[in-house]
Amino acid sequence: MILTGKAFKFGDDINTDYIISGKYKFKTLDMKELAKHVMEDLDPHFYEKINEGDMIVAGSNFGCGSSREQAPLAIKHAGISCVLALSFARIFYRNAINTGLPVVECDTSQIEEGDLLEVNLGEGTVYNKTKKINIAVSPLPDVMIKILADGGLIKHFQKHGDYNF
Amino acid sequence: MGKTIAEKIFSTHCGKEAEAGDLVVADLDFIMAQDGTAPLAINSFNEMGGKRAFDPSRVALVIDHSAPSPNEGVSSLHKLMREFAADKEVILYDIGDGVCHQLLPEQGHVASGDLVIGADSHTCTYGALNAFSTGVGSTDLAAAMISGKLWFKVPETIKYFCQGSWPGGVFSKDLILRIIGDTGADGATYLASEFSGDAISALEIEERFTISNMVIEMGAKAGLMEFDEKVERWLKSRTGRPPQAVFADDDAVYLDVRKYDVSNLEPQVACPHTVDNVSPLKDVEGLPIQQAFLGTCTNGRLIDLKIAAAILGGKKVSPAVRFIVAPASREVYLEAMQQGILKALVEAGAAVVTPGCGPCVGTHNGVPSDGEVVLSTANRNFKGRMGNSNAFIYLASPATVAASALEGKITDPRPYFA
Ligand code: SF4
Repeated sequence: MILTGKAFKFGDDINTDYIISGKYKFKTLDMKELAKHVMEDLDPHFYEKINEGDMIVAGSNFGCGSSREQAPLAIKHAGISCVLALSFARIFYRNAINTGLPVVECDTSQIEEGDLLEVNLGEGTVYNKTKKINIAVSPLPDVMIKILADGGLIKHFQKHGDYNF
Repeated sequence: MGKTIAEKIFSTHCGKEAEAGDLVVADLDFIMAQDGTAPLAINSFNEMGGKRAFDPSRVALVIDHSAPSPNEGVSSLHKLMREFAADKEVILYDIGDGVCHQLLPEQGHVASGDLVIGADSHTCTYGALNAFSTGVGSTDLAAAMISGKLWFKVPETIKYFCQGSWPGGVFSKDLILRIIGDTGADGATYLASEFSGDAISALEIEERFTISNMVIEMGAKAGLMEFDEKVERWLKSRTGRPPQAVFADDDAVYLDVRKYDVSNLEPQVACPHTVDNVSPLKDVEGLPIQQAFLGTCTNGRLIDLKIAAAILGGKKVSPAVRFIVAPASREVYLEAMQQGILKALVEAGAAVVTPGCGPCVGTHNGVPSDGEVVLSTANRNFKGRMGNSNAFIYLASPATVAASALEGKITDPRPYFA
């Protein structure tokens, strides 16, 4: 799968309260509604700015904090196609894969706000079209590739009835 | 080659000798979700085609984050949990029972050697009982409810060796804040942590929970402690199950060993807006506060309430400060009532709220206003955490929070323990 989109840049330690504030996550399971508040405390107009397919690009420890799966889901439902970061917090990383949000660990210092990116998930490559550079990607663990290939953990269980690694 | 506590617990739960770096599918002893994560987990469970929980006596749903419900949206999520629990016959803790991370150990659901997951990042709390427990998301939790299993990457371990004798007015909260400040918010990501040394053995179990609770704030998967007679005694009064004590081998391989001496530790404060932004209290001493909060899965236990009551007893908190207290559980509430602790706190000016998370996560019970400073015993001070991104949250020990509530500004509690 090849994803193309514009980069929206954030810093280090973007926590799950920033991604979707606790005050919203308790209210509803309507992800479209939650999506409107994604990144709101960092940029109140973020949701209005993004177009379908755009990407979040961040520094280290993206998604630290709570285990709320509303975080990757709100990002996904806002139309973000992929999150690229220098590193991810553990629970967020699992949740993203489980809910089918592609996450890529790579050197994001080579990406600037507004750069056009092309991410090839199958091959595990990132190409910065604006800067015309290839960026090396850390490979996903095998288990995660299998879950993503099935379209997330729910589909994996629907298909196999149990873990199938 | 010797093994760490984490490697040993995974070995007993995946049917083979596991080492750091191995990917394993492991059997779980207990599974928990709370009202912020259970509704999504229930949806995933249904979508996965789940019919029943693998063992209903090993699954608990806890309504603690937004309890009692502040609005109809939350009410319908709570209803979903109650109906699911009744239908699948899993354990339900309803409003007023307490915070999940107090309830699981208190109600005897966790014993040494166990492997436990919870759909809440502070599930790492039970490491203090020599169990491996860690937080996951709702979909992992749903898969676990169906299968009784979860896949893990067996983590490497950082060991924190803590020695020395505790100065009066300095507590386990100050130590873990210092450690997080030194390690950094992502310094232990994908890793387990182990805590040992005479400064840890000197702590009561309740004080140990505070340390294990906060390891996620440096990214760690688990905050493991050794088995000793305090753990044994504690478990005996809580659970019928015999503990499976786990000891790290002498030649266990650690990623790193870091030494701490608590003898010269001072009270610490985490400053806005990250938990690893830790300073010695003296750097922020005198900063006026408008709200003080004593509670949460970090520091809402009986010992915490007792320490605060000892400082506040017979006095009144500053008129400039709103003082909110959330006992960690119904049991803590009752015990604090019987011992006169609650009376002392209420007389001092405390507003006591329902046992549970209280205002910790910003859904109700004390959302600060713009520009206000909150001093809290919780584990997180992220921007917006308590429901207002224009407020400033500082984290400290119950003693520091109590002394500061009295003075109306951040205050060193050590004079009360001299
Ligand atoms: S008290 Fe706070 S940190 Fe603990 S479980 Fe509740 S919301 Fe989470």
